[in-house]
Amino acid sequence: MRAAAAVTPRTLVGGPSLTKASLVLGGGLLLLLVAGTVALALGSVGVGLGDTAAILGHRLLGVPAQVTWSAPAEQIIMEVRLPRVLTAMLVGGGLSVAGATFQAVLRNPLADPYIIGTASGASLGAIAALMLPVLLPGLAVGAASSWLGVGAVQVLAFGGGLGAVLLVSAIARAARGGAVTLLLTGYAVSSVLAAGVALLMYLSGNHLGAIFAWLMGSLDGAGWRNLGLAIPLVIVSLLLLLARWRRLNVLLLGEAQASHLGVDPHRERLLLTGLASLATSAVVAISGTIGFVGLVVPHLLRLAMGPDHRLLLPASLLFGAALLALADLGARLAGGIPVGIITALIGAPFFIGLLVRSRRVVVGNS
Amino acid sequence: MTVEPLEAAGAIEATVAAPVAGATGLTFSYPLPAGRRREVLRGVDLAIAAGELLALIGTNGSGKTTLLRLLAGTLRADAGGLQLFDRPASGWSRMELARRIAVLPQSLELPSGFRVGELVTMGRLPHSRSLFGATREDEEAVERALRDAAADDLASRYAEELSGGERQRVLVAMALAQEPRLLLLDEPTLHLDLAHQVSLLDTIRRLSRERRIAVVAVLHDLTLAAVAAPRVALLDAGRIVADGHPDEVLTQQLVHRVFGVAVEALRDSAGHRRLVPVIRPMA
Repeated sequence: MRAAAAVTPRTLVGGPSLTKASLVLGGGLLLLLVAGTVALALGSVGVGLGDTAAILGHRLLGVPAQVTWSAPAEQIIMEVRLPRVLTAMLVGGGLSVAGATFQAVLRNPLADPYIIGTASGASLGAIAALMLPVLLPGLAVGAASSWLGVGAVQVLAFGGGLGAVLLVSAIARAARGGAVTLLLTGYAVSSVLAAGVALLMYLSGNHLGAIFAWLMGSLDGAGWRNLGLAIPLVIVSLLLLLARWRRLNVLLLGEAQASHLGVDPHRERLLLTGLASLATSAVVAISGTIGFVGLVVPHLLRLAMGPDHRLLLPASLLFGAALLALADLGARLAGGIPVGIITALIGAPFFIGLLVRSRRVVVGNS
Repeated sequence: MTVEPLEAAGAIEATVAAPVAGATGLTFSYPLPAGRRREVLRGVDLAIAAGELLALIGTNGSGKTTLLRLLAGTLRADAGGLQLFDRPASGWSRMELARRIAVLPQSLELPSGFRVGELVTMGRLPHSRSLFGATREDEEAVERALRDAAADDLASRYAEELSGGERQRVLVAMALAQEPRLLLLDEPTLHLDLAHQVSLLDTIRRLSRERRIAVVAVLHDLTLAAVAAPRVALLDAGRIVADGHPDEVLTQQLVHRVFGVAVEALRDSAGHRRLVPVIRPMA
C-alpha cells in the first residue's frame, strides 16, 4: 500500500499528484496508528498509553523494558485487545476495499461487499453451524466443535459466502450477461438463501439469541486463531485487487471500451468479484455481517479525493481499518453492543452530511 | 508482451503503404431468437494501408458499425478472411490488438470525477508496464495525444465539465494514447456543431498524414465524407457496392439507388463536386 505513494510526480499526465497521494495515505496511516493505540488502551479495564506502548514494544518488537505493568494488563492487551483491534482493522479494511471493487465492477453506487450473495451465503452457513445440535442431534456436534482448530461457524460461514458467490458467478457466466445480470442473479440467489436463513431461525428455538448476535456482526469472538486464518486470505486477495487498479478504472468506461483497451470485461468482472468475495467471505467468517463500512467508506473517500482506484483502494484499506477499530472501541465502551449498530448510527448521518455538501457525483457517469 | 516502439526512427518510413487490414469475403450474422440469424455482412472485401483515410458510408443498418467491430477484433466473422497487420485476426490476443487498434465509439459515457489527463492516461493500459506509476513513455504518449487532439488545454478539467466538442476531442486523445496504427471512428462528428465537425475532421486528416495512422471513419454526412476523405466506401445491405474516390462513389445514380433520395451534383466555388439532396420547398 505504500507503493502508491511512490508514483511519479504529476505532469500534464493524469493521476494523483505525489502530494495528494502522500497526504491521503499518510493521513490514513496516522489515523490507523492513533485508532489502534487508543483502541488498545481503552476498555473496561484501562491500561495507560505508556504501558500499552511498552507492552507492545516489549512483546512484539522485543524492546527490552523494565516491567512496570501488571501481568493481567499484559494479558488483556496481548490476548484480548490486540487480536480484537487487529480483527477490526482486517474486517474494516477488507470490507472497504471489497466495497470499492463491487461499486466499480457493477457500476452501482448501492453495491456493498455483500451484494452478490456473500452475506446470505455466509449467514446460512454460520446459522447451520450454530444449529448443528438441532439439525443433527445424533452426531452430538455443536457450534463449539472445531475442524482443523477452527470453529464450525467460521468454516461454514466462509464456505457459504464463497459458495454463494461461485454459484451466482456460474449462473451469470452461463447467461453471458453484463453487470446487471450479475446483480440480478445475486439478488435472486440471495433471496433463496435468505429464505433458508429465515426458516432456520423459525426452527431455532433457544438458539435464536446466538443467531441474532451473529447476524448483527460482532467482534466478540476475535482471537489469534481466527485472525491467523483470515489474514492470509484477506491480504492475498487485497494485494491482487490493488494491482488491478488500472483495470478497475477502465471498467468504469463500460464494457465496449474496456475491451477496446484489451480487457475482457466478462473475465475481468468475474475475477474481480471473485477476489473481493474471497476477502469478504474470510472477514465475514470471523466477524459476522457487519454492515455499512463496505458501502460508505469508499463513497466517503471518492467524495473526498476522486474515483481513481490507484489511490482509492489503498485509502479504503487504511481508513476502513481505522474506522472499524474506532467503531468497535465505541461498541465496547457502550457496554458491548454489536459494532454494526455503531457503524450505522454514527456513519450514516456523517455520510448524509457529506452527500449534501459535496457537489460531486457519488459514482456513475457525467 | 512485446511493445513495439512505433515512434522509433525508421519505423514511420517502413510502414508506408504497409497493409494494415485486409478483409476478403467477410460475412457476419447476429443470432436471433429461435435459432434464426440476421445477416449483416455478406461478403465484404476491403483493404486499408498505413496512412490511408477511408470514409465508410451507408444507410442505417447497412452494417457499418458491425464492420468496424470486426476490424477492431471484438467480433469474430462467420466466414471470410480478415488479416490485421501481419497476422490473421484470430492470431491476436485482445491486449495485443489494443496496442495497435483504437476505437472511438459512437457513444461513450465518461465516468465523472476523473480529470481529462487521467482519462487519457487510461488509453495507456495496453502498454502499461509499471505496476503503480506511469513510465516516461506513458507520459510522453499522453502528452503527445493531448496535443494531437488539441485537448492539451483540457488536461486538468473534469470530465463532467466538458462540452460536446471538448468531450469528442478528449475521446480522440484517449484513442491516440493507445498509439494505434489503425484508428476506427464510429460517427465521430455526431452531436457536434459545424465548426467542431470541421476541426475534428481536420485533426483526423492531419494524424493520418503525419503519423501514418490508417483511419476508417463511419460518416453519415455525405458532403462531409466527400470533402474529408480521399477514399469513400459505400456499404449497402452488407456489401461494399462502391469503393474509391468520392467523385466516383458518390454518383447521383448510386446515391439515389442506395439511399432512395434524389440528389443533384453542384460545383462549389473551388470547382469541387458537391451533392445536394433534392428537397422541394413547401408551396
